[in-house]
Amino acid sequence: MSELMTHAPVLAVLIPLLGAPLCALTRGTTIPWFFTTILSALSFYVSLQLLFHVSANGPVSYELGGWAPPWGIEYVADPLSCFVMLVISGISTGVLLYAKESIAAEVSSSRLGLFFAAYLLALAGMMGITVTGDAFNIFVFMEIMSLSSYVLIAMGEKNDRRALTAAFQYLVIGTIGATFILIGVGFLYLMTGTLNIADIANQFDSISETRPARAAVGFLVVGIAIKLAMFPFHIWLPNAYSYAPNIVTAFFAGTATKVSVYLLIRFIFTIFGVDFSFGTLPLTELLLPLGVIAFLSMSLVAIFQNNLKRLLAFSSVAQLGYMTVGIALASETGLTASILHIFNHAIVKTGLFLSVGAMFFVTGSIYLKDLAGIGQRMPMTSFSFVLGGLALIGVPLTPGFISKWYLLQAVLERGDMIGYGLAVGMLISSLFAVIYVWRIVELAYFKPSPEGAPSGDAPYSLLLPIWLFILVSFYFGIETSLSAGFAEQAAKFLMGAP
Amino acid sequence: MEEFTDIFLMLLLVAGALSVLYVRNLFVATMLLGAVSFIMALIFVTLDAVDVAFTEAAVGAGISTVLYLGTLALVGSHEKASARKSVVPLLLSLVVGGALIYATLDDKMPVVGAADTPAQTSKVADRYINKSGDEIGVPNIVTSVLASYRGFDTFGEVVVIFTAGIGVLLILSQMRLRKEEKEDVSDIPTSETPAEKPDQQGSPHDLVPHVVSKLLIPFIMLFAFYVQFHGDFGPGGGFQAGVILAAGFILYSLVFGLHFTQQILSKRVVEYLLVAGVLLYGGVGIVSMINGGTFLDYNVLSADPVAGQHLGILLVELGVGITVTAAMLAIFYGFAGRADGRGEDVNPE
Repeated sequence: MSELMTHAPVLAVLIPLLGAPLCALTRGTTIPWFFTTILSALSFYVSLQLLFHVSANGPVSYELGGWAPPWGIEYVADPLSCFVMLVISGISTGVLLYAKESIAAEVSSSRLGLFFAAYLLALAGMMGITVTGDAFNIFVFMEIMSLSSYVLIAMGEKNDRRALTAAFQYLVIGTIGATFILIGVGFLYLMTGTLNIADIANQFDSISETRPARAAVGFLVVGIAIKLAMFPFHIWLPNAYSYAPNIVTAFFAGTATKVSVYLLIRFIFTIFGVDFSFGTLPLTELLLPLGVIAFLSMSLVAIFQNNLKRLLAFSSVAQLGYMTVGIALASETGLTASILHIFNHAIVKTGLFLSVGAMFFVTGSIYLKDLAGIGQRMPMTSFSFVLGGLALIGVPLTPGFISKWYLLQAVLERGDMIGYGLAVGMLISSLFAVIYVWRIVELAYFKPSPEGAPSGDAPYSLLLPIWLFILVSFYFGIETSLSAGFAEQAAKFLMGAP
Repeated sequence: MEEFTDIFLMLLLVAGALSVLYVRNLFVATMLLGAVSFIMALIFVTLDAVDVAFTEAAVGAGISTVLYLGTLALVGSHEKASARKSVVPLLLSLVVGGALIYATLDDKMPVVGAADTPAQTSKVADRYINKSGDEIGVPNIVTSVLASYRGFDTFGEVVVIFTAGIGVLLILSQMRLRKEEKEDVSDIPTSETPAEKPDQQGSPHDLVPHVVSKLLIPFIMLFAFYVQFHGDFGPGGGFQAGVILAAGFILYSLVFGLHFTQQILSKRVVEYLLVAGVLLYGGVGIVSMINGGTFLDYNVLSADPVAGQHLGILLVELGVGITVTAAMLAIFYGFAGRADGRGEDVNPE
């Protein structure tokens, strides 16, 4: 192994983690942004190399502090964690390419050094949660990610003071979620005397019949569900996404909840095991209805929103419902659909939020009434939004279609009435998506602009990154061997693990 | 006797927590919260977790109370009556509490203090207890685990403190910027905010606090350094030391005015220290990587692995202490600075 590969798991986290304090010292508008973009891109490059390496040679373990697990903390780069790390660092880098002018309009220039430091901390926190092989270390990095995301969301207060209450609401709910996760990890330690994930997983069968272990499962699943914004714990998400600065919304829409989906998969499949989670415990019966209610009700709620970011936020909760269903099906196909949807939805939703950010940049509003006739005023931006919207619906040639296709196969695999019911539910939810996307299309192209509305398209510095996301999403909608290949590999790895 | 102590402390804890909820005056609630933290610290002592007790006393009862008081000086100490009351939070709390009790009612549930619990008998604890003396050479096993075996977690915690520090700086300074922008336009006199009440400022004219704090502060600072560097041998370490040192500075600002503290440690210096601690900790890790080890592997810092461990632990604990001190001061400055134009300009004599 090359020198880079030896340290790659920790480097992907350390680059943003140690870059953050340095970034906090920088001043001005350009330097903090440029520095952050470079670091994020480096982290992305390391993740990409790591994914190829792991895909070819199998999981890599890294002993932090030189202590072998379970005495020390271990980083484990396996097919799933590498894939999610790639999504996180990739989305972060893409958003940063767009960030410079967008954020200058939303946050005071004298604070950009600290703002981008918080951004790097959020990135490092998410990467750390994903790659760690230690249950308590997950909690530590979750704290880094959570604290920085509360701050980043609160930064929207220059435009709308409700960002402060939204951040506070997220802080209270998020802290409850994190505490539940901590209690769960505490119970696992209580019963096993170890914090290493692989070590806990090995001993889990011998303790799975005890009440503390059952309670651990309960607290962990509920805690992660809160962080994941799984229905009915989604209440914080629409507020947080609506009032955060645009690039923060775009960044989190593609990454933050995806990390929680990753954690749910990690705990259910690696630690608790498939047989215990879905055989002994009724996790399918629990998660499946929640996922279905999420994608049906939230798609419906999205139709009635008059704030474009809020509309997309409700659509995100619905999409998380699809991922939950994929996990709850407890099959390799279902898991593949979930993991693939993490990837596909991250690209599409981030692209959409960036597009909304460009509309805000020009018009200063994200309310539908101010965006009438936007199709004539900002043709390039609006068209990118429409293409992204098609992916939300799941039209063929878009990545949304690919994930729904896999999920459809997974539900039909069940071969019972529930499976057919789920397929019908997915169809109805997609029809709702048609309605809420059509509402925007109608507004953008068939309504006259309000008088005196600002016109002219967004600058190229915003348009190019948006179109990068849209084109990449179409690439993965047509050429699926890469994304679906990695997702399948990760699902096989998880189902095959003892 | 031990059971009696446990039950007594637990009852006090519940009574304290309930009174915090029911008391209407926020000043009283803050004091009660400090008391709850002290009771918590006592419970940790009965569990033989003295390091944790020390941290709880210093952070929970000490600095948190001071920071709450700093906030109350801005917002006033009277709770706004909330209009609607809901039973949902109560029900949720009962469900969670019920789940916790359900979990403990199991024959396999380890007994508190028993020698045969999984946490005691696992190979992890065995190595920490029996080998850490040879591998790390530090008498306080807690320090060995925190700073070396699980040093990366501690690094993460330092970054959490750092994040909290820059978070407060970012949010409060942004709000001040906006306030200034507003004042440029309309120049509203701010003298009617609750923070203006004279009884909620420091006490620049009182002789007794002046003399007493002048006597106390040198010992507080000396104690902080003792806690910092004696953490290898007894309870203590960077977290507690940083909090105690910051408390010394904060006491000084409360009595003599923020202005004088900031002459010694300006806001800019505090920001640099905040960063320096994290970089020192991370830098030790980077040096280990350059020397051929993994991140934070102290063995490679010196020719003799045990000497390397000593050096590594000393440096990372110093990093912890610096960042914690700076973060506490940054948060305090953030809040206290919002009341300035008042506390700062009060004539000391």
